[in-house]
Amino acid sequence: MARVWLFGPDINTDQIVPGRYAPYMLKDESELRRYPFIEHRPDFAPNVRPGDIIVAGKNFGCGSSREYAPLALRMVGIGAIIAPLFARIFFRNALNLGIPCFTADLTNELADGDEVELDLESGKITTSAGRVIHLPPPPLFLREVWAAGGIVPFYRQYGRFPGEVA
Amino acid sequence: MPTMSEQILSRVAGRPVRAGDVVTANVDLVMVHDSLAPGIIRILHQELGAERVWDPQRVAVVIDHVAPAASVQTAEKQQEVRRWVRAQGIPNLFDVGRGISHPVLVEEGLAQPGMLILGSDSHSTAYGCVGAFGTGMGSTDIALALATGKTWLRVPETIVVRASGTFGFGVGPKDLALRAARLLRADGATYAAIEWHGVEQLSVMERMTLATLSIEMGAKAGIIPPAGLDLTGPLVPTVDADAQYQEVVEIDLGQLEPQVSAPHYVDNVADLSDLGRVAVDVVYLGTCTNGHYEDMAVAAQILAGRRLAPGVRMIVVPASAQALQRAAADGTLATLLAAGATIGTPGCGACIGRHMGVLAPGEVCLFTGNRNFRGRMGSPEAQIYLASPAVAAATALTGYLTDPRAVMDGQPVVSQ
Repeated sequence: MARVWLFGPDINTDQIVPGRYAPYMLKDESELRRYPFIEHRPDFAPNVRPGDIIVAGKNFGCGSSREYAPLALRMVGIGAIIAPLFARIFFRNALNLGIPCFTADLTNELADGDEVELDLESGKITTSAGRVIHLPPPPLFLREVWAAGGIVPFYRQYGRFPGEVA
Repeated sequence: MPTMSEQILSRVAGRPVRAGDVVTANVDLVMVHDSLAPGIIRILHQELGAERVWDPQRVAVVIDHVAPAASVQTAEKQQEVRRWVRAQGIPNLFDVGRGISHPVLVEEGLAQPGMLILGSDSHSTAYGCVGAFGTGMGSTDIALALATGKTWLRVPETIVVRASGTFGFGVGPKDLALRAARLLRADGATYAAIEWHGVEQLSVMERMTLATLSIEMGAKAGIIPPAGLDLTGPLVPTVDADAQYQEVVEIDLGQLEPQVSAPHYVDNVADLSDLGRVAVDVVYLGTCTNGHYEDMAVAAQILAGRRLAPGVRMIVVPASAQALQRAAADGTLATLLAAGATIGTPGCGACIGRHMGVLAPGEVCLFTGNRNFRGRMGSPEAQIYLASPAVAAATALTGYLTDPRAVMDGQPVVSQ
């Protein structure tokens, strides 16, 4: 089962990884895995497990273009992010890194610490209590990029950008 | 009839496109800055397997995010970037002290009307100040653009912010932009472009204030029609009377009060007069949003012949070397120094909380920049208020958040 990490609205990339913890500022860039939500939610990085899910309010990832924010989340193995609205650059960065982002508001449906199972293909969430939530299916071009593992493997495989006719 | 985004993206897509279309487009210019360059270089060569950038003439590299280097790590990474620029034959490297990428690319004539410009910095919406479609992207997107000269994007809908009237004394472009953020909120323009109409009276750098703050409403681009700027480029976009807009926001400049964005969200905006007495430790004038010559000149006008309030520090970090030189040449700089302000190397400075004015816990900063997120300029326990250069200067004189119109009337008056 994956744990749900619940966040409020307007989580900005400075909250995900402050600029002071950018790879640029680090001796060893692999340290980045220790820093997601280092100040906003210090219990996150030590306890998050691969496959865990972030459920957040609107405008998740607003602010800076820093790809190291979603990169830090990928380094700790975040399985998916679910929010009613994503900031544009964050959404692209997450897509490029192969982190599934679903556009839906589950902040009133799920609680912090809930244990759930998420089937990425169907967008079906099953809670530990057996409740089922269906996420709206993402457009095909997003699922294609997830399936390839991110934009770089997608581009290398297909030699084109998402949304272009093959 | 097309919006300015549709006009520009139709040119770079090579076919007429409309809002909602997903297009692959030719990129006119890619800007890379020091903070993300090492990662972008690694993705370009190691992940994408590209040996060369697609066109060195269309790449600009700027060392502005930690300039000059503040640690051995940043110095080594800057050294690596300089070597890479030489090896790639990229002619446009703007090194330590030249300034922040956005004003520099405009001053150098690299950013032109009608271009599609990608930057590794979210405030790349800045290039809208010359009528370009400028947009920020992350490292992987930038590396892909460097490898291929192309990118993909969805043609945005457009929201118009239509200004009417003229600014009253002590009120300016920053107040207009913060007012727009107050109305549209931080996510109000997500996936859309903003067009700023009715601002032809502004200089190109004043327009940059509007363009950079467009991202703080979530916008993909923030474009001002380049009318009146005497600039040429691949296409001069124009406002089409019949263009279809998602929303039009009207703002009467004559009615505008000084606006302040209170901690910790950019859209947490109020009239300065409603904020009560806010004591300030640091006044920081700088950034791509409000570190321009015009901004220093406004501050100097208010600070002329006066001294900072006791206990207040004022740090001025010019947005570019040109802005600094102009301020030095006409006495603006001397006025600021005589008042007790100090000057940092042109660049991003403390805007990202890395050096040149990082805040301590409990400190309050009046900042002319673009983000007041918790921890943005240093300690997460610091408080950042965003306001105009005029408010910054007035506040530096009193030590409290102060309406510039009050200090210019003769007697400094602190907001109650």
